[in-house]
Amino acid sequence: MIYEVFRQERKGQAFEHAGSVVAPDAEFAEAWAREQYGRRGESNALWLVPREAIHDVEGWADEFDLKYRRVDGYSIKARLKEARERASARTG
Amino acid sequence: MRDEQAFLEYVQGGGQVETGDWMPDDYRAKLVKFIEMHGNSELMGVLPEREWILRAPTLQRKLALTAKVQDEVGHAQLIYRVVEDLGKPRERCLADLVDGKAKFHNVFHYPTKTWGDVGVIAWLVDAAAIISQKALLKCSYAPYARIMKKICWEESFHILHGRDVILAMVTGTPEQFELVQEALNRWWGPLMQFHGNPIPKDEDPMYVWRIKSQGNEDARQQFLEGYVPQIWELGLTVPDPNLRRRNDGAWEYSEPDWDELKHVVTGHGPRTEERLAFRRRFLDQEQWVRDAVLAA
Repeated sequence: MIYEVFRQERKGQAFEHAGSVVAPDAEFAEAWAREQYGRRGESNALWLVPREAIHDVEGWADEFDLKYRRVDGYSIKARLKEARERASARTG
Repeated sequence: MRDEQAFLEYVQGGGQVETGDWMPDDYRAKLVKFIEMHGNSELMGVLPEREWILRAPTLQRKLALTAKVQDEVGHAQLIYRVVEDLGKPRERCLADLVDGKAKFHNVFHYPTKTWGDVGVIAWLVDAAAIISQKALLKCSYAPYARIMKKICWEESFHILHGRDVILAMVTGTPEQFELVQEALNRWWGPLMQFHGNPIPKDEDPMYVWRIKSQGNEDARQQFLEGYVPQIWELGLTVPDPNLRRRNDGAWEYSEPDWDELKHVVTGHGPRTEERLAFRRRFLDQEQWVRDAVLAA
């Protein structure tokens, strides 16, 4: 069975996918993962998840332009430059 | 995305691919070939050093060397996992390796004659390897790039360990200094061949697919720039009369022996047969462990 390994480097941080181990059961998987991802104390915690248990969400259709809800939906550089030029032309 | 051209543009633009994503057959085949060779090199790479565990000069060195060997075998396990997910089971990788059908890096086909070799391997061979591996942190195949973080982190300890071994010897007796110089003389050729022939990166399929993110010559130049000054500052001599740094920062050197490289990696190195026989023997001898674990 394949177990995906997620590790947390320090308390409070997000768990990040690190790799996977093959083991017949969770106990063996734990032994492998401790050895591979924790033997120098480099992980605060590990999550082992059987690969089949992962439900993969796919398909992120962006049929409409919904960028107005995001930071990258606003490109203000050129407009700001123009606004500043106009302002200095008015005062100058 | 089901179109090879679009895929190529995607990875060349810095895009990354996950295990379940569609990928062209050629890309998958190149990934397997490249990553499998990396795994083989980690696994075979411990053998030259293993020969020195029992002969290490102090307990501390023995423990450090043992830890390094454990790290490298661990890297092989992580890497073979990635190959398995791409479709080639680990058993087949190991069978191909011991049958002499698969390659591993040139530097692991040579003997380790003295303790000086152990220092040169841990310092300079690992330095050359970490340059290649750091470039893999940006690999277009994301699962491989992710495990490279851990691998690079551990390799940096190996380089320091090697440098410490070298420093202890160059500050020791004249005989100790000579051991390092003699080992360096033997390793310089293989080190210069390590990053491969200087084909333009755009003609290198591993670069085209962005499996690697730098060309062979870029890697070698980075190695020379980083390590030749460190070698010189210890009073050691690099055995190449043509080695020099040009004013523009590029290094000139004698043409590495590409015939030797080809000969060695195709299974004709001075220790190839012996080391493969060792792996073959242990693979048979420890079959029962794999059987017992998988039957648990």
